[in-house]
Amino acid sequence: MATADASTIVAASPRSRSPRSPRQLRTLRKIALGLAGILGFLLTWQLLPTLGIVDPRYFPTATATLAQLGQEMRDLEFWRNVGRTMTAWGIGLVIATVLATVLGTVIGLVPFLRRATHTTVEFLRPIPSVALIPLAVLMYGYQLQAALIIIVFASFWQVFIQVLYGVADVDAVARDTARSFGLSRGSRIVNLVFPTALPYLMTGLRLAAAVALILAVTAEMFIGNPGLGRAIMLAQNAGQWTTVYALVVVTGLLGLIVNLVFRVIERRSLAWHQSVRGEEVL
Amino acid sequence: MTLYTSTVVTPRRRSRVWAKIGESTLYAIGLPIILLVIWGVWATIAPAKFFPSPVEIIQAFVDTWVGPAFVTDVLPSLGRLALGIILSILIGIAAGTLIGLVRWLRELLEPTFEFFRAVPPPVLIPIVAVLVGANDAMKVVVIVAGAVWPILLNTIEGVRATDAVMTETARSFALRPAERLRYLTLPAASPRIMAGVRQSLSIALILMVISEMFYSSSGLGFKIVYFQRNYLIAEMWSGILLLGLIGVLLAAVFGLVERRVLRWYHGIKEVERA
Amino acid sequence: MPETLLNVERLRKVYESSTGNVEAIGDIGFRMDAGELVCIVGPSGCGKTTLLKCIAGLLKPTSGVVELGGRRVTAPPPNMALVFQEYGRSLYPWLTVRGNVELPLKHKKLTRAERDRLVDDALAAVGLDHAKGSYPWQLSGGMQQRVAIARAVAYQPEVLIMDEPFAAVDAQTRADLEDLVRALHRDRGMSILFVTHDIDESVYLGERVIVLSKSPTWVQEDLAIDLAPERDQITTRALPRFTELRTHVYEQIQRAKRGEAVRPEAA
Repeated sequence: MATADASTIVAASPRSRSPRSPRQLRTLRKIALGLAGILGFLLTWQLLPTLGIVDPRYFPTATATLAQLGQEMRDLEFWRNVGRTMTAWGIGLVIATVLATVLGTVIGLVPFLRRATHTTVEFLRPIPSVALIPLAVLMYGYQLQAALIIIVFASFWQVFIQVLYGVADVDAVARDTARSFGLSRGSRIVNLVFPTALPYLMTGLRLAAAVALILAVTAEMFIGNPGLGRAIMLAQNAGQWTTVYALVVVTGLLGLIVNLVFRVIERRSLAWHQSVRGEEVL
Repeated sequence: MTLYTSTVVTPRRRSRVWAKIGESTLYAIGLPIILLVIWGVWATIAPAKFFPSPVEIIQAFVDTWVGPAFVTDVLPSLGRLALGIILSILIGIAAGTLIGLVRWLRELLEPTFEFFRAVPPPVLIPIVAVLVGANDAMKVVVIVAGAVWPILLNTIEGVRATDAVMTETARSFALRPAERLRYLTLPAASPRIMAGVRQSLSIALILMVISEMFYSSSGLGFKIVYFQRNYLIAEMWSGILLLGLIGVLLAAVFGLVERRVLRWYHGIKEVERA
Repeated sequence: MPETLLNVERLRKVYESSTGNVEAIGDIGFRMDAGELVCIVGPSGCGKTTLLKCIAGLLKPTSGVVELGGRRVTAPPPNMALVFQEYGRSLYPWLTVRGNVELPLKHKKLTRAERDRLVDDALAAVGLDHAKGSYPWQLSGGMQQRVAIARAVAYQPEVLIMDEPFAAVDAQTRADLEDLVRALHRDRGMSILFVTHDIDESVYLGERVIVLSKSPTWVQEDLAIDLAPERDQITTRALPRFTELRTHVYEQIQRAKRGEAVRPEAA
C-alpha cells in the first residue's frame, strides 16, 4: 500500500468539508471579540451616568454624546474647527520635518558635528514643549504662530533623531563599495544615504504626526487659537458637557486616522528594508 | 576553547588618557557655551522684550528656586509626577500581563484600548478635573489616565509574543506558572515594556505641566504661568529652565534603569552587530 | 533484565489544516530500555520532531500510547529533559549560564547546597565550569549547546531526549559534542533518545538506530548497532563494520524516500 505523495491526505472528515478554515475562524473571532469589547465599553459608558454612579451632569451617556456628535457633524463650524486643527497640525508637521531632515542629514553625515551637538541635543530633547506655552503666549498671543512654536518644537525631535539614526545606518560595505567605484560625495548621498535613511524618516514622520496632533489640540486648548481644542474649552466653560465629550471622541478618531495613515505610509517605505526601527519618545 | 582572542592590549599612556578626557569635555560643553555666549551678547546689544540674557535667567533661577519655593512648589510637583508614573507602571504592567496572557481578553479589550491611547492625553484634563475636583488627587489621576496606555498596550504586546521555543523549553521542564511569569514571560517582554515606559514618561511630564499651569494654584507649572501673567520674564524663563532640567533628569534616570534592566538585550544587539 | 523505560505504541498524529488533514505520524511503536542510547533517523519531513514532541508530552497524539516508566505521558513528565536544536532560542538570554542551568531545578525540592552541587557538576561534565557567569549570547554556538545539555543533565532526568541538537553547529564542534553525549551515556548511564538526520552520527552514537519511513510515518527498521561501546571519532568511523552499518541505514532511508518499503500489516 505504498503511496506516492509526500503527505497523505486522509479522506475528508466532515469537519474538513466546512467552508471556513481554522485561520479564517480565528480572524472572525478576533473581529467579533473586538467589536464586543467596543460595545461593552459603550454599554458601560451608558450605564455609569444612568445608574448615577457618576454624576450625569458632568458625564453624559454614550447615546447623548453620540447624538451630539451627529449634530456637530451637521454644523459647519465643527468642520471649520477640524480644518483649523488639521491646518495647524499640517503646517507644524511640515516645518518640523523639513528642519529636522536638513539638520539631521547635515549633522548626521559629519562626525564632528555629531559629537559637538550631542550634549545640546540631549539637553533640549527632553524639555516638554508645553513648558514653552507661556513664552509662546507672550510672543504671539492667541495666534497660530504661538501654537506652531509648540508643535514644531516637539515634532522636530521625533524626525531629527530618526534621521540621525538613518544616516548613520548606511551599511559600511555598501559605502566602501560606492567609494571604491569613485562615486562623488553628492552621488553617494543621493544613491546610498537617502534610500537608507528614507524608512527611518518615515518612522519619524509617523511619530511626529501623532505628537503634532496632540500638541495642536493642546495648544488650542491652552493658548486659545481657534480649533477643536478651543471648542472643547468653550463648551466646558458653558457647561455643555455632551459637546465636550463628543469633541473628545472626535480627537480620538482623528488620532486613530492619523496613526493609521502614517503606519501604512511607513510600511510601504519599509517594504524593501529588512531591519527594524527603534521607537522614540514623545 | 577560550573566550578571548590572542591580541595583546597595551594600556594607554597616562597623558593620552587626560587628553582624551579633555577632548570629550570640550565636545560636551563647547556648543552650549558658544550658544550661551551668542545669546548673552545679543541680549546686551539688542535686548528683546521676552528674551533676557542668560545671566539674568541664572540670577532669577537662583532667586526663585533655590529656597523655600523649592519645597513648597517643586517638590510636591515632582512627588505627584513620581506617584503618577509609578501607578501607571504598576497598573500598566499588571493589567497588561493578565490581558496579554488571556487571549480572548486581549482580543476583547485591545481595540477599545487603542482608541483610548489615540485620544490626546491633555484633552482628558477638563473631564478628570470636573469629575474628581481640582485637587492633588486630580493631578495624579490625570497623569495615570494619560500615561498608562503606552505601558499597558506595550506590555500586552510583549507578553503575547513570547518566543515559541522558549515557551516549549519552559513546558518541557515543567516550570510552574509563577516561575514562567518571572523567568520567561516578563523578561522576554521587558524590551517592549521599557519602550512603553519611555513614552509614558514624556506623557506624564506633559500632563503634570499642563494640569499645574491651568488647573492649579500651586506647583511648578502654576508658578511659570504666574510669572508670565505678571511679566516677570526672567523668572518665567527660570521656570522653563527648571522644567528642562527635570526632563533631562527623568530621561537620565530612565536611561540608567533601562541600561541595567536590558543589559542582556543590549548585549545581544552588540554581538549581532559585530 | 533491563526494564522498559519508554514504551511507544501505535502512535498516530494527524494535523488539521486549511487544505485537509495531514497524517504526520501513521503508526509508530518501539521500546527503549533504561540505559540505552537510541538514535532515530528518517527522511526529511517524516515527522521526527512531531514524534519527539508527542513523546515529550508537548503535543497530544491523535491516538496511541506513550508510557514513561510505566506511566502514561499526557503532559511533560518530570523525569524527562529536552535538548532542542535551536539553542539560541531555548536558552534564556537574560540569565547567565549558571542561571539557565539552575532554572529547572528551582521547583524541585532541593536544598541550596544540593542544587549548587548539581549545577556545578553538570557544568563540569560539559566542560564549561569557567563560563558560569557568562551570558549565553557571549558564547559560541557549540558552547551554547553545551549549556543546554548541562541544563538537561543537571535536571537528573531518567531519559534525555535530544532533537537534532547538533544540526546547527559546525562539524568540528559536532564531533566534540557527539563524544560528550557518548561520555554522558557511558559515565552516568543516562538513557538517551537522539533524533538526527545525520546517518553517520546516528550509527556512531547509537546502540540502536530506528529508521522512520516517509509520511505517514512508521518504524521502517529497528537496527541494532553491534559496534564496541568504546568509540572514537577516528578509529570507529574507519571500521569496516561501521561502513556496513551506515551504508545499510543510508539504503533504508533512500528506500523510505522513494516510498518503496512496505508497512507490515498490524497483527
